[in-house]
Amino acid sequence: MIETRGLTKVFHDKKRGQIRAVDNVTFTCKPGQIYGLLGANGAGKTTTLRMLATILEPTDGTAIVCGHDVIDEPEKVRANVGFLSTATALYPRLTSQEMVEYFGRLNGLDEATLKKRVNEIFSRLDMNSFRDRRCDKLSTGMKQKTSIARTLVHDPQVMIFDEPTIGLDIMTARTIIEFIRECRERNKTVIFSTHVMSEVEKLCDVIGIIQSGKLLAEGPLAELRERHHEQDLEEIFVKIVSPYQNSAEA
Amino acid sequence: MNLSAISVVYRKELTEWLRDRRTLISTVLVPLLAFPLLMVGITALATVMIGNAEKEIPKIMILGGEHSPELLERLHKLDNLAIVPYAGNWKDQISNKEIRAAVEIPKGFQAALAEGTAPTVNVYFYEGELKSSFGANHLQDAVKDYRDSVVKDRLAAKNLPASVLSPFEIKQQNVAPPEKVGGASIGGFIGYAVILLCLTGAMYPAIDLTAGEKERGTIETVLSSPISRFDLVMGKFLLVFSASLVSAILSVTSMGISFTILGHSHLMQSSGGQSLNLDLGPVSVVAVFFMALPLAVLFSAVLMTIALFAKTYKEAQSYLTPLTFLVVIPAVASVMPGVELTPKLALIPVLNTSLVCKEIITGTYHWNSIILIFSSTCVYAAAAIFLAVKMFQREDVLFRS
Repeated sequence: MIETRGLTKVFHDKKRGQIRAVDNVTFTCKPGQIYGLLGANGAGKTTTLRMLATILEPTDGTAIVCGHDVIDEPEKVRANVGFLSTATALYPRLTSQEMVEYFGRLNGLDEATLKKRVNEIFSRLDMNSFRDRRCDKLSTGMKQKTSIARTLVHDPQVMIFDEPTIGLDIMTARTIIEFIRECRERNKTVIFSTHVMSEVEKLCDVIGIIQSGKLLAEGPLAELRERHHEQDLEEIFVKIVSPYQNSAEA
Repeated sequence: MNLSAISVVYRKELTEWLRDRRTLISTVLVPLLAFPLLMVGITALATVMIGNAEKEIPKIMILGGEHSPELLERLHKLDNLAIVPYAGNWKDQISNKEIRAAVEIPKGFQAALAEGTAPTVNVYFYEGELKSSFGANHLQDAVKDYRDSVVKDRLAAKNLPASVLSPFEIKQQNVAPPEKVGGASIGGFIGYAVILLCLTGAMYPAIDLTAGEKERGTIETVLSSPISRFDLVMGKFLLVFSASLVSAILSVTSMGISFTILGHSHLMQSSGGQSLNLDLGPVSVVAVFFMALPLAVLFSAVLMTIALFAKTYKEAQSYLTPLTFLVVIPAVASVMPGVELTPKLALIPVLNTSLVCKEIITGTYHWNSIILIFSSTCVYAAAAIFLAVKMFQREDVLFRS
């Protein structure tokens, strides 16, 4: 379960002054649910997810992840979270197996449990053929599978995906999409950021539309369609975001 | 502090480090080979160059001397000089290395000598050119021999003994043990070299584990794991520190072996004239290593802190280059003759360690200075680690865009 309460992040820039990257964002994401955070580039998606993964600390407000506060208990939060984004790369000089084992150990797994988990994940994701290959020698698809295995090794209750398919070919992107679905089936709490409308339509139970750091609209796709009298998600998105985008540009 | 988590990070960093050719070269190969190559290479080169210069019979030119048959005859009799006929462009010939030197015998030299006046004989040569110096020395020796014979003849004519010119002898005698003499001459260089290699050994791992991680995009991956920032920094720091220590150990060992071999080889005797009596015993090696420990901690933490500011490997390299100068300057200052350890200098990092290493190598142990230097460097090192941990907690440093 993820619950954000007035989550805010302010950055200080020498040239631009104060930037409210995330502004008073409040939402809830329940187990067995995929929450899609939809927004344009620079809307505040990555900053929100980084705060949920406790990589960044909120300036104001907070979030509760699996019962732990992101400000007071960041290490406990991270122990319950699997975080995957295109920015979370692999160590080039470690093998695929070493990479996954390293994160298992960082998550405090004992050697027997770790071995069992690694074997299980490598079989499930069909990774045994490249488990001893160094990460810098892996194909993009193999790298993505290794990243998925890395996020799964400690069996987290919450999965955070920050634009996980950006820059990937169709086949690799499909692997990720299937994996996100599988997480829902396993009753995990999933939050997923993207600006690809088709992915949101396919996957998300609840959609949150974010622009200029503000959560402008939220609800299941059907509800958003009804509320905005539009069937096409892209049209709904443009309708919601345009006034804020224009004011931001002005 | 979670020791198990620190150990996990350390072991992973060690695995990656051992697989990285760049860091292995700077940490293992350079300290291992630098001293033998430098010492043997320079000594062998000097021996060959001096040997070649000594073997050559230098061509020299005599300017004037028509009325000084005695001196001319002496010069012509010398078999270590080849006299070439006079030419007006003798200065150019020396500069172009066609001849090595020239001697100018002033007009009426012999007559002036008989009258008891003191005419000047000039020897011209190319300063800084080894073969020209040898030629000039041979010439000067020949002229001096002639002068001595003139003095001897004059004393004999007046029935005076030769000892009238030097009624007593003055002789300098060394009382310091041979290893101290060796230590005083090159002890400073050893401390300087160990310090510099501690720094260079730590530099590449420090960059790789900070700016390198940012550049590769793995910093966000590891920050999403439950390990605390403190444990993460400590794991990384221990690897950088290990690299620095490996460099120091290898450099001291390699130096010890190089000096032992070189001290007993004919190279040093033939080039320097004197044998190199530098005995790097196990006690001084351990003591130098012990003094380098807190400095290695200080370097590791400072390098990591600075490199963390950079977004890329290259940027980190450009930040750390000025730091090398900051270390080289005090280290070089300690090698300067006359720079001695004082209570004030004992508080200046790098310079203090370099100076105390110089003393240790000569077998001098000033315990008050050693304790002061060790503890002050420990304080600086602790402050540097604290700073490194703080930097790892700063979002604007980790995610600088």
